[in-house]
Amino acid sequence: MSTPTEQAAAPSVPPPRNSPWWIAQLARVWRDLTSMRVALVLLFLLALAALPGALLPQRSLNAAKVDAYIAEYPTWGPLLNRLGFFEVFASPWFAAIYLLLFVSLVGCLIPRALEQARALRATPPATPRNLSRLPHHGRETVDTDADDVLGRVRGRLRGWRMVERDEPGGVRTLSAEKGFLHEAGNLVFHLALVGLLVGIALGKLFGYEGQVIVLAGGGQFCNTGILGYDSFRAGLRVDGTNLDPFCVRVDDFAASYLPNGQPDGFRAQLGYQTSGDIASGASQWQPYELEVNQPLRLDGERVYLLGHGYAPTFTVTYPDGTKRTSTVQWRPVDNATLLSEGTTKFDRPGLTDEADRRRNQLAITGLFAPTSSGGQIVGSVFPDLRDPQVAVDVYRGDLGLDDGRGQSIFTVDRKQVESGALTKVARQNVRPGEQVALDDGTTIRFDDVRQWVSLQVSYDPGQTAVLVFATLLLLGLGLSLTIKRRRFWVRLTPAGEGDPTRRTVVEIGGLARTDRAGYGEEFSRLRTDLLGPLKEE
Amino acid sequence: MLAEYSDYAFRSALVVYLLAMAFYAAEFAASRTVRREPALVAAGGGELPDRPVDEPAPRSRAERFGRMAVALTILGALVHAGSVLARGLAAGRWPWGNMYEFASAICLVAVVAWLVVLRRQASSQLRQMGLFVLFPVVVLMFIGGTVLYAEAAPVVPALRSYWLAIHVSAIAVASGLLLVAGVASAMFLRRPTELLDRVAYRVTVVAFPIYTFAVIAGAIWAEAAWGRFWGWDPKETVAFVAWVIYAAYLHARATAGWRTRRAAWINVAGFAMVIFNLFFVNLVIAGLHSYAGV
Repeated sequence: MSTPTEQAAAPSVPPPRNSPWWIAQLARVWRDLTSMRVALVLLFLLALAALPGALLPQRSLNAAKVDAYIAEYPTWGPLLNRLGFFEVFASPWFAAIYLLLFVSLVGCLIPRALEQARALRATPPATPRNLSRLPHHGRETVDTDADDVLGRVRGRLRGWRMVERDEPGGVRTLSAEKGFLHEAGNLVFHLALVGLLVGIALGKLFGYEGQVIVLAGGGQFCNTGILGYDSFRAGLRVDGTNLDPFCVRVDDFAASYLPNGQPDGFRAQLGYQTSGDIASGASQWQPYELEVNQPLRLDGERVYLLGHGYAPTFTVTYPDGTKRTSTVQWRPVDNATLLSEGTTKFDRPGLTDEADRRRNQLAITGLFAPTSSGGQIVGSVFPDLRDPQVAVDVYRGDLGLDDGRGQSIFTVDRKQVESGALTKVARQNVRPGEQVALDDGTTIRFDDVRQWVSLQVSYDPGQTAVLVFATLLLLGLGLSLTIKRRRFWVRLTPAGEGDPTRRTVVEIGGLARTDRAGYGEEFSRLRTDLLGPLKEE
Repeated sequence: MLAEYSDYAFRSALVVYLLAMAFYAAEFAASRTVRREPALVAAGGGELPDRPVDEPAPRSRAERFGRMAVALTILGALVHAGSVLARGLAAGRWPWGNMYEFASAICLVAVVAWLVVLRRQASSQLRQMGLFVLFPVVVLMFIGGTVLYAEAAPVVPALRSYWLAIHVSAIAVASGLLLVAGVASAMFLRRPTELLDRVAYRVTVVAFPIYTFAVIAGAIWAEAAWGRFWGWDPKETVAFVAWVIYAAYLHARATAGWRTRRAAWINVAGFAMVIFNLFFVNLVIAGLHSYAGV
């Protein structure tokens, strides 16, 4: 890919003489690939190929939406799925486009970098024979001699690269050039793009991202392996065996709301131990106040506060007096009011017979309202914990936990209900302290509510590099778009044969090498400074 | 109280812009009649003046209408700026925390950018462009003030960050500038003049680095807020697409056969993508970039 300057200077790679046809063919392909025209086409293709990533649901963002889409369009859906349209940014065709673009870019950049290196050493080109043919030019006869004029020109062009040459007939010329940073900026911008890609690739290879729900009020999480997470996205070279084993403890969580229920702030009080702390046997937990926009930054890993919800605590008292207490997170079904659904499951203790044990499992399922509407059907009117109430359905029987299939922690298995293995034995609305009595004498008490937080642990070893290259990219872009490469020439001719007044004809000319550079204004200033104000003719 | 003043000012600015449009249109109509007259004279054997449109007789009707239009545009921009300022004071934060405020900010930038361009180029030919700059501005403001309107209120915790000021300001400035550039390119497609081409290119060249900075600032903020600097959220994806299109525009300017007309098409496509990102992505596709209300 070439860069925006005046010429679409496709680097010419002349095929070696007497070379086999395929080398000539390769050379031609290479020349085409690195031409500006192909770069343009590739840029359009890249833009076009990225669009479905915004228009179609993407698996990396929301897998459920993708499944729903495929189900809704049974003809298109599976085809698009096979072609990778639901994972655009991991698809081979998207990768093909950007890799070609980067090959084109590098192929264009190398010769240009070499040319820039040569240009830095070269002297400004000789003064054109006819300066009045240049887009910017001027001519004036002054009352001083050539040395004097040259002295002034040199002073005025401080910072320009200059060279003086003599021409026959006592004519003297000066060539000046400025604005090499334009091309340097251009090169930096494009090289930074390559660096950016490498940085991103590092992250994709060695980074990971995991989400975990932790109960506030003392819940702990340690980064010891993939199994500790509720969901985990591993980089291509991450198998989860070498995670940095830090630990966090969620001591407290508080959410505040505006009167209309809009969240005002989320704050989780954390304690953490780095892997270094743990290795050195320190038992202290270092405090950190985790907020949205304020992740906990450890050595490489970052811990984020992503979400929160409620976890009701239930105590089951069996007829024989044994008690079991459990607190399990329920998930919000309405983010505005935090009405939540979930299931808290119990195994009856003390049953040795396997079949007997399975017949007596309990599931407390239902809806939880942090601020209950108070109606017969429980609804939530506010997200904060003002008047909690749970509408519970209690199921008893075989939960189907032992058949080896995974099952959601938020629901009971509908198949078990349909087959009759699990039956509903009670339905009631309860507030904290109230209880549900079952027909066999078992009671279920709604004790209290705890809060949970959803944490994300992110690790991306490439992101510092990405930031550095993004900064360089911006810097290069700024240089290449603000600085223009321009040339300035002066030719000094003695006013005439035998003229005793030492008068000199001064001709100046200017040329900018950058597209629509607006060199005109600067040139007029130079002209005014060197030749005096423009006279009306 | 301040919020109400802000709303009044917003509506007043919209009305003043509409008036300004009427005057731009009047100037346009008047200059067309002026142009025809010398042509008739010329047909009668007289001398044809070389630039009848650019150098009309002093105090011609067209000139008067044009000056009025510009004066009204300046007035509208002042009232508009007052509205944005009052909004910020009323909400106690940067006044671009929801779609309505963001649309308003973009429009203000576009109008101010247009006035700056006009001042620097000082050409009555360019002045006629005012009608076409104000048209999208008025449409955006109308949609913003009706469909997208949101009361002045604090923003959700995810938006409480100094990056709101940096990232969203930069996006608003870039979008406003790109609106002016897009209008210039669209007009160039109807009437290819060197001036329109130059305006489109120069404004884009200023806007593109600001836009690039805005995207980078967004990525830095996303790293702090969402746990990754880039996740192909629909808003990020379309921002990327628009960036690539503007990159293509800059490259097209340096490619033989692509410099003028095709480049203008690309610039228009780039701005279409910016607008698409503003509306479609927020209103139709759900993503992480949802503001209060929408």
